[in-house]
Amino acid sequence: MKETQTIQNKTKATETTERISGSEAVIKCLLAESVEILYGYPGGAIMPVYDELYKYQDKIHHVLSRHEQGAAHAAQGYARISGKVGVAMATSGPGATNLITGIADAQIDSTPLVCITGQVGSHLLGSDAFQETDIVGISTPVTKWNIQVTKAAQIPEAFAKAFYIAKSGRPGPVLIDITKDAQFEEFDFKYEKCKGVRSYKPVPDTDENSLKAAAELINNAKKPLIVWGQGIILGKAEEEFKAVIEKAGIPSAWTILGASAIPTSHPLNVGMVGMHGNYAPNVLTNECDVLIAIGMRFDDRVTGNLETYAKQAKIVHFEIDPAEVDKNVQTDVAVLGDAKASLKSLLPLLNENSHSAWHQKFKDLYTIEYDKVIKNDLHPTKEGLTMGEVLKEINLQTKGEAAIVSDVGQHQMIACRYAEFNKTKSNITSGGLGTMGFALPAAIGAKMAAPDREVVMIAGDGGYQMNIQELGTIFQQKVPVKIVVLNNEFLGMVRQWQQLFFDKRYASTEMVNPDFVAIAKGYSIEAQKVTERKDLKAAVKEMIDCEGPYFLEVRVEKEGNVFPMIPTGASVSDIRLE
Amino acid sequence: MSTENKQYTVSIYTENNIGLLNRISAIFQRRHMNIESLNTSPSEIDGVSRFTIVVNITESQMKKIQGQIEKQVEVIKAFYHTEEEIIYQESCIFKMRSNLLFDERQIQNIIKESNARIVTVNRDFFVIEKSGRKEEIDLLHRELTVFGIMQFTRSGRIAVTKDEMKISTMLKALQH
Ligand SMILES: Cc1ncc(C[n+]2csc(CCOP(=O)(O)OP(=O)(O)O)c2C)c(N)n1
Repeated sequence: MKETQTIQNKTKATETTERISGSEAVIKCLLAESVEILYGYPGGAIMPVYDELYKYQDKIHHVLSRHEQGAAHAAQGYARISGKVGVAMATSGPGATNLITGIADAQIDSTPLVCITGQVGSHLLGSDAFQETDIVGISTPVTKWNIQVTKAAQIPEAFAKAFYIAKSGRPGPVLIDITKDAQFEEFDFKYEKCKGVRSYKPVPDTDENSLKAAAELINNAKKPLIVWGQGIILGKAEEEFKAVIEKAGIPSAWTILGASAIPTSHPLNVGMVGMHGNYAPNVLTNECDVLIAIGMRFDDRVTGNLETYAKQAKIVHFEIDPAEVDKNVQTDVAVLGDAKASLKSLLPLLNENSHSAWHQKFKDLYTIEYDKVIKNDLHPTKEGLTMGEVLKEINLQTKGEAAIVSDVGQHQMIACRYAEFNKTKSNITSGGLGTMGFALPAAIGAKMAAPDREVVMIAGDGGYQMNIQELGTIFQQKVPVKIVVLNNEFLGMVRQWQQLFFDKRYASTEMVNPDFVAIAKGYSIEAQKVTERKDLKAAVKEMIDCEGPYFLEVRVEKEGNVFPMIPTGASVSDIRLE
Repeated sequence: MSTENKQYTVSIYTENNIGLLNRISAIFQRRHMNIESLNTSPSEIDGVSRFTIVVNITESQMKKIQGQIEKQVEVIKAFYHTEEEIIYQESCIFKMRSNLLFDERQIQNIIKESNARIVTVNRDFFVIEKSGRKEEIDLLHRELTVFGIMQFTRSGRIAVTKDEMKISTMLKALQH
């Protein structure tokens, strides 16, 4: 195979070229794609690029993470809050494999990333050389696209294509692996952005008839329910979406990654669906007559048992990725295309409606959930702080303007259930992979991308310790993130399952923790620990008022549980309140 | 949609790039689907490769797989077909001991009747090649087994459809 055939980017060369090394070309490509910041960790096989970075440090800010997983998650946090492509870089072998968790997370959560890895010299490829791993092979199932570059001249096209693929259509992570000799080699550099790849159609065409059929189903529905996902946020369709639901008066629920696309307080926002979602939208999924899914993919955490999921309803699915249509739930009408454009065209076809009797059902079920669950979470009277009341205090003091970056576990479900969002792109969490250790580095990336926003990270004592080393990054970069650890001295979510489904056999879920405050202070991060309700308000205030980074540990009740809950394999309407 | 397993032949038109075989086979592997036969070759279009994959799965599984395959950036188009919709061939080679050719009259008849072809004969062994449908090859294999086969190998399926695929028009539309 000819090497030039490995990249088929249909771009035209510009007239001007300059002779530079492959590694300088890497930097120039990043600059051409308006990259201002990248997260990474150096090592032998990527040293030529780092050497060039030294020269370009006034133009491009490299953040030295403390572990490549941290770099990948930071790039994700950056991408999620900014809507731009996040960039992470690592050396070959262990550096590259350390990126993998972040890449897999980005893939399942459709986050645009470009990951750059160094590779051993091309003459050593396949010889089990020092720090050689087949990172292209390893990353294949978790990347949207990847490529190994062995010649400097391939670098510009590889980068142009990588950025184009990462951010277009349904976004995702791409990986470029560059051999060390390609980094040293000199060539005539020219760069042109990629405008298309022959075999790749990022956005499918929208069929007028499917739009009309969707509008007709929606107009004739007596009990319509919308479930929206991250597709609204990724497609920048928030305004169009709001217009659609307001005109048609449809109760609308969200998946975990759809959160914050419209304000929490919006009267048509009826809460979260799924395993720990709200009672009303879950129960009424099995009562609605038309279920309109927008930019969501019917994840099993959302649907519970597929055999009993919304069987009575006609299903309308607005989706950018044709492979998602009919994958889990059989649709009656699929509207392929970009959410923004589709919703804009849908709006004039819709009748005005209010569905007030149907809305009342949501309100009635909310009252039940409030009495059984929400009241106890947010206004507890018993001893022991709840995770919910901490969230409530954060909401109050940030006035719903903060971006909440949550880790994985009970606190994540509580954060997503109770955080109040006024702005889109404010809920940053690992939805599809459920990656513990995500939050601390992702919060770093989020804060660096949106320095004007309050970024509050919420983690459990377990997940916090999975990437706790990133405190070093916060210290060195002076990133003013607010770190909240809800410490229940347990791997809480697993313990909850052990309690409910494994006869309270708490196998390996109890945690003996270090002095977290001392650790934070070791990194010169102001820190405080709260163990009593009466101190909570002042502590949160001190945290929010603090100009620099701040660490707040709250000792919460040890055996608190997250409800409602749909046990695995159960139907969404069998959701348990206790 | 039928929930029975059926034999499908999948034709995938792709860019001719390194690593794509890995991506495509992983789609089957993740779902625990066994690939019966796999062949990749150039196609009628310059620079475009064609994969021919045979699997035994249900139609609804097949549709989902098709979606996942087409989702790959370097895949131009994936089609799937039932046995009735295609014309296909497989090819196989047998290596047998030379003395059989002279001692066993029956062998010459088998070769003639099966439309197999003798590729080479030397002092120690001779080689037979046969192309055809899977059952024809199976039959020849059964018939020759009796005499002792020194080596046997068989290719992946190659297939063309009875209907037109319109790949060239599709490519033109995709051209930027
Ligand atoms: C990397 C990783 N390992 C294991 C798990 C399984 N897991 C899910 S939730 C959880 C417990 C989380 O405990 P903690 O971080 O203390 O949060 P809590 O549930 O107590 O709020 C575990 C172990 C996971 N999601 N990710």
